[in-house]
Amino acid sequence: MFKSKTKLLQLIVTLSACAFLLIPTIMSVMAGLTANYFKGISSGLTLKWVFQVWELYADSIFLSLWLAIACLIVTLIVGLPAAYGLARHPGWLSRLLEEFISLPLAVPGLAIALALLQLYGSMKGFRASWAFILVGHVLYTLPFMVRSILAVLAAIDLKTLEEGAASLGASPWQRFRDIVVPNAMPGILAGALTVVTLSIGEFNITWMLHTPYLKTLPVGLADSYASMRLEVASAYTLVFFILIVPLLMAMQWASARAQRKTK
Amino acid sequence: MTLRVTNTAKTYPDGTKALLPTELSVAKGEIVSLLGPSGCGKTTLLRIIAGLETPDAGSEIWFGNDNVTSLPVERRKVGMVFQSYALFPNMSVRANVGYGLKMQKLPKDEIESRVTEVLELCQLQEFSGRAIDALSGGQRQRVALARAIAPRPRMLLLDEPLSALDAALREALRDELAMLLREFHITAIFVTHDQDEAMAIADRVAVMSHGHVVQSGTPEELYRNPNSPFVAGFVGNAMRLEGKVAGSTLHLDGGELALPRDGTGHNVFVRAEDVQIDTEGPLNGKVESVTFFGTHYRVGISGIMTDVLTSTYAGQNAPKVGERVEVSIKPEALMLLPEGAEI
Ligand SMILES: Nc1ncnc2c1ncn2[C@@H]1O[C@H](COP(=O)(O)OP(=O)(O)OP(=O)(O)O)[C@@H](O)[C@H]1O
Ligand SMILES: [Mg+2]
Repeated sequence: MFKSKTKLLQLIVTLSACAFLLIPTIMSVMAGLTANYFKGISSGLTLKWVFQVWELYADSIFLSLWLAIACLIVTLIVGLPAAYGLARHPGWLSRLLEEFISLPLAVPGLAIALALLQLYGSMKGFRASWAFILVGHVLYTLPFMVRSILAVLAAIDLKTLEEGAASLGASPWQRFRDIVVPNAMPGILAGALTVVTLSIGEFNITWMLHTPYLKTLPVGLADSYASMRLEVASAYTLVFFILIVPLLMAMQWASARAQRKTK
Repeated sequence: MTLRVTNTAKTYPDGTKALLPTELSVAKGEIVSLLGPSGCGKTTLLRIIAGLETPDAGSEIWFGNDNVTSLPVERRKVGMVFQSYALFPNMSVRANVGYGLKMQKLPKDEIESRVTEVLELCQLQEFSGRAIDALSGGQRQRVALARAIAPRPRMLLLDEPLSALDAALREALRDELAMLLREFHITAIFVTHDQDEAMAIADRVAVMSHGHVVQSGTPEELYRNPNSPFVAGFVGNAMRLEGKVAGSTLHLDGGELALPRDGTGHNVFVRAEDVQIDTEGPLNGKVESVTFFGTHYRVGISGIMTDVLTSTYAGQNAPKVGERVEVSIKPEALMLLPEGAEI
């Protein structure tokens, strides 16, 4: 009896937590699809607002996608060798470096953005280009890439594997290509999805760094809530969901896979 | 190819002198075992020969007429079998074995035919498509060996190739490994801390202790004529007979023994299998323990010297604990080693 009561309690808590999270989401999505939110659903369902969002903010959507891809490329080029170096030379210096790379996680995005503005704000061409926002995104996402790869590399005996390849005649570059990269792949994949998801969703830094001509998806969202009809802003949220939810799910899958590898 | 290692030493960055200046030569086709207790520098010496560790200045390593001291491992053309096997988890058995050939940039069909040949030799045909983590320990060991010999290296180096296996499998694979190494006709050095393994596989054994090669010779030589108490003890578990040497007689608590020659200034050692329970024997002691080993008994006898003297007894009716027994040891079975030769 007691057992089923606690079960019941558990069920109630779980359901109410779900409702707490889901109802605003559903409300928001519904608002984006109703003809007139203040009259309610009775006013009819429409895709009008979604198309309007596309007309007004297509640039933001593409900018966000390009930024995410560019951010992924940069974090891969910097992060993979960095994680490899850290994994191959464990010691206090490596730990310190790892913490240093992870610092942007602890510092508020606002502070990072202010620092970047102070440092590069006067370089007009750079300040106004999308590369400026990219720098902010790379700073913020790099630790996720490095740590994700590092976790997978730390779980395998990389040194001995590389020695094995070397004894078979493989040069350092061939060892990196044939042994390090394939074995780090689950970590690279999980890191890549995390970086893309974070970059698309990043608001704090981007909001500080953006110019009126360079709005990313989340910045555009804030803008639409501030200056558009509620239906338009809600339709924007729907568009955002459609982009980000599949990415989130892929990220879940990839990090579960990477974790299996480290066991 | 012959290997010559001269004046080779290794001091690790933290100051550990893992290997003191060492000489070693291995003839073409010879199988040499580096035998010694844990931490004596066996792996260090093997890794220096492979090129995985840089020796101290003054060291020289010659492969035939090439001085390879400053050559990195990937250009030394040695085959290496690691203790943990270090098989590539991202490749199939076939790809593992073919990797060295791929690095030599051989044509595809030649790689295929040579991999097939090596897989057959190591009886791995049926596993060729498998992933590494779908193999048993013994199979992995064979893949590691196949991968190392496929590129036809100048020399094969094996670091405790059997130690990752359980005891029963180890014994079976020991003989198989000895046979395969002979079939390859390859110069090979293998590291072990198991004297039975060294004796079973090697043509010659180099016994190491504290960063030195203390004695090197055929298994028989080491067994019959050890040059130090350490070798006598490590190879075949010789015991020291604690007594007083007077001329060619050894006085023990339990009686007197004739020595093969004048033993002044020497310690006397004997192995358990040479200690015989014999009613005519000159020594007298009391049975302390009897352990049955299937093929023989191990009998511990007290009263002959301070420590218990161990004897192997192969007969049917072993003495009982508490019985008094007579013991004889043939003079030629006694090993006289100079005092103070402790290493
Ligand atoms: N990278 C290193 N840095 C410092 N000291 C080391 C290093 N590698 C080995 N040593 C030390 O060098 C000595 C010899 O080590 P080595 O690995 O050659 O021994 P071994 O004979 O192979 O022992 P085992 O049978 O346990 O494998 C040991 O005292 C060990 O602690
Ligand atoms: Mg070792």
